[in-house]
Amino acid sequence: MPVAKVNGVDVEFEPGMTVLQVAERAGEEIPRFCYHERLSIAGNCRMCLVEVKPGPPKPQASCALPAADGQEIFTDTPMVRKAREGVMEFLLINHPLDCPICDQGGECDLQDQAMGYGRDGSRYAENKRAVEEKHMGPTIKTYMTRCIQCTRCVRFITEVAGVPDIGMISRGESAEITTYLESSVNSELSGNVNDLCPVGALTHRPWAFHYRPWELKKTETIDVMDALGSNIRADARGSEVMRVLPRVHEGINEEWLSDKSRYVVDGLTTRRLDRPFVRENGKLRAASWDEALGVVADRLKAASADLVGVVAGDLQDAESMKAALDLFRALGSAHTDCRQDGSPLGGDTREGWLFNSGLAGIEAADAVLIVGADPRVEAPLLNTRLRKIWLSGQAEVALIGEQVDLSYDYNWLGTGSKTLSKLPKAATDMLSRAERPAIIVGAGALAGETGPAVLNALGALAKKYGVIADGWNGFNVLHTAASRVGGLDMGFVPGEGGLSATDMVKKGQLDVLFLLGADEIDASASGAFTVYLGSHGDRGAHGADVILPGAAYTEKSGLYVNTEGRVQMAERVVFPKGQAKEDWAILRALSERVGHTLPYDTLDQLRGKLMADHPTFGRIDYLAPAAAFDPSKLGVKGDLGDVAFASPIRDPYLSNPIARASATMAELSAQRIAPVAMAAE
Amino acid sequence: MSVRRLAKEQPASFAFSKATKAKCDWWIAKYPADRKQSAVIPILWLVQKQEGWVSEPAIRAIAELLDMPTIRVLEVATFYTMFMLEPVGTSALIQVCGTTPCMLRGAGDLMAVCKSKIGPKDKLSADGRFTWQEVECLGACANAPMAQINDYYFEDLTADDMAQIIDDFAAGKAPKPGSRVGRASSEPEGGALTLTDPALYDGSAAKPIKKLPNSAPEKAPA
Repeated sequence: MPVAKVNGVDVEFEPGMTVLQVAERAGEEIPRFCYHERLSIAGNCRMCLVEVKPGPPKPQASCALPAADGQEIFTDTPMVRKAREGVMEFLLINHPLDCPICDQGGECDLQDQAMGYGRDGSRYAENKRAVEEKHMGPTIKTYMTRCIQCTRCVRFITEVAGVPDIGMISRGESAEITTYLESSVNSELSGNVNDLCPVGALTHRPWAFHYRPWELKKTETIDVMDALGSNIRADARGSEVMRVLPRVHEGINEEWLSDKSRYVVDGLTTRRLDRPFVRENGKLRAASWDEALGVVADRLKAASADLVGVVAGDLQDAESMKAALDLFRALGSAHTDCRQDGSPLGGDTREGWLFNSGLAGIEAADAVLIVGADPRVEAPLLNTRLRKIWLSGQAEVALIGEQVDLSYDYNWLGTGSKTLSKLPKAATDMLSRAERPAIIVGAGALAGETGPAVLNALGALAKKYGVIADGWNGFNVLHTAASRVGGLDMGFVPGEGGLSATDMVKKGQLDVLFLLGADEIDASASGAFTVYLGSHGDRGAHGADVILPGAAYTEKSGLYVNTEGRVQMAERVVFPKGQAKEDWAILRALSERVGHTLPYDTLDQLRGKLMADHPTFGRIDYLAPAAAFDPSKLGVKGDLGDVAFASPIRDPYLSNPIARASATMAELSAQRIAPVAMAAE
Repeated sequence: MSVRRLAKEQPASFAFSKATKAKCDWWIAKYPADRKQSAVIPILWLVQKQEGWVSEPAIRAIAELLDMPTIRVLEVATFYTMFMLEPVGTSALIQVCGTTPCMLRGAGDLMAVCKSKIGPKDKLSADGRFTWQEVECLGACANAPMAQINDYYFEDLTADDMAQIIDDFAAGKAPKPGSRVGRASSEPEGGALTLTDPALYDGSAAKPIKKLPNSAPEKAPA
């Protein structure tokens, strides 16, 4: 490996690295505004100047200068300092002095670096330039006078998001960042430009003037808005979660976050269930815990064991699902299901319901066949990875399902199961040509009566084209619910003779139906005595006879398994609202009253039981190398019929109870989804 | 340089004329199919030739033609001052050079004439036939002061010349471009003073070259 000297210390580096990266490797911090590891190099802020020998005797922009063997790099000479101070002085000439009212204040790159390189006073006596504010949509608040033209936002939205909406128009002093005719930025990743902005020019509109960063208590936790389990940091003030920011996790979300995961937090404060309710004469009235649990216990005891059932929702942690599963098995019920959408996944082969290649691993694929999924809507950060391999020209993408805009080109093969039963030549060619082909199976393909047959056909297809080979497993199931893999891993599926979720809610099937945060299934026809345990007064609670207030994902510590089978632990950020309790504790209290006390008194004991019963839960943030398995045994062989695959997520901004309670999500839905839906009709 | 933004009032639509479209296709054909957007500057020129200026519908039409994001076309159109973002005079667009050599040689007088005859700078005249602008150096400093009118340079101007030129355009005539004092390009007034020997141009000064330098490879040192 080539070696360069950084401030007199030898540093080895990979060929192709820039001077800035080599200096970082040596532990030297280089100030920068426009440079970002995950974006293309622009080299226009000039803050990263260093002195390099051999070379012209002048400071050089280290971010855009390739490092060379034997180079001597100086990052802290008088010349370098003076040059950076000069750059800083020019940047500050037109930057307003409004840090006290700026939302970026306290976490601003310009503020921080001005501490190191700024002068104590200004020599500039002329008028500062002022720029009009721009409209960029419901997520981005602009204050363009603060802009230093680093163009990070332009590069992100063009390269990563694939929605080239933002640009820099004009030049020189009148250069401005804007969208075309100030239209909204129509990207599901738009919030990231606010993170990327090194100054306060682009800030989070939903949180404008809501907090100052130093007031917040920061907790590192896991997102549940999609099945990726993005790593987030939730910042709270008092009992309210004020904002959610991404954390870096190379295996999952890199350092991005979708708008939904980010701006859903205002839904955590509205429409909350904060006390138990019992229905009396057709009306819900507030009740004490003692009374509510007593009513539920009486009903459960009175009902025959094969007439009680439980459906687990999409946002549930593994512990509460384990407690519910243990309780209902103890009661003698086989009616347990965590698949509200009626998918046929589950069984013995864990690989049969995982995203086996891994989210980062999909970047190794050279052909991707997407079946019945819309990754841009269901998992935006998986879509950026697919876009990445498409951009580099490494992989071809083909799609069976709705013809949607994925932000990259793909070969559209057909709408549904008919295409799958007789695959076009383009698809078979693509798969047989590829060395590491991948199939992404969406929930849209597996829904309905033909689901098992479709799963079986896809398994056979995977076997035929070597999707599972030595060291490569490209059979990928893309889930849409954060709780789903955890539920399947612990066997939260109907037992021997048990009813599936879709059957349980049918008229007259059950006497007591327990909805564990299940809001996406219509139980109104069931006629059973319905108990709802959850955090929001949403669809599930509306028809319930007893409401037990639970904790939302930021209010409990819990395990979640993402779509690739990675177990992650979410932390409690704030306490549950009002009298609400953690879900597992409610189930534990209920179990005592029905006479089948669950064998754990603390969350640790519950986790111990969970890990003893299902060892896959035992390793946190560990991704097992995908084992080889026989995919042709999945599902049931049968007639594929003629079903059009459609993503179950019709509107990602209204797809769960927390999102439906959020004003920001409602606005995003109205702006981004409603016009498209209207145009389609 | 003034702030360059799209005009407030825009036409409802834009369509490429047959001739413009043919020329656009010629330009597009010069680049690989997936690099079509390389033709954006020539096509902006062609559109400006057709309409006199670049309108918002035209920017959208170009983006569609070249299969590129609209904002990218807008970036280019607002970056280059040669693209007019507002309607300009139908008879003449007068661009008076205001950079130092022209300024020292009386560009201010020319602008004063324009102002009195046409109106304020950068504004379309009341009859819609004239626009005048002050522009940066047009590269004809030896012939200062000068102005570019439509596609041609008018050089060595005086205030009277400028007034005459504007009157001619107003009368529908086509004034002759070039120097107003009869110079050929940037030669001195009254003709060339150096290199006047006719023998320089009849071939007699040329000598045959026997051996071109470096024509044979150097011998390697023994």
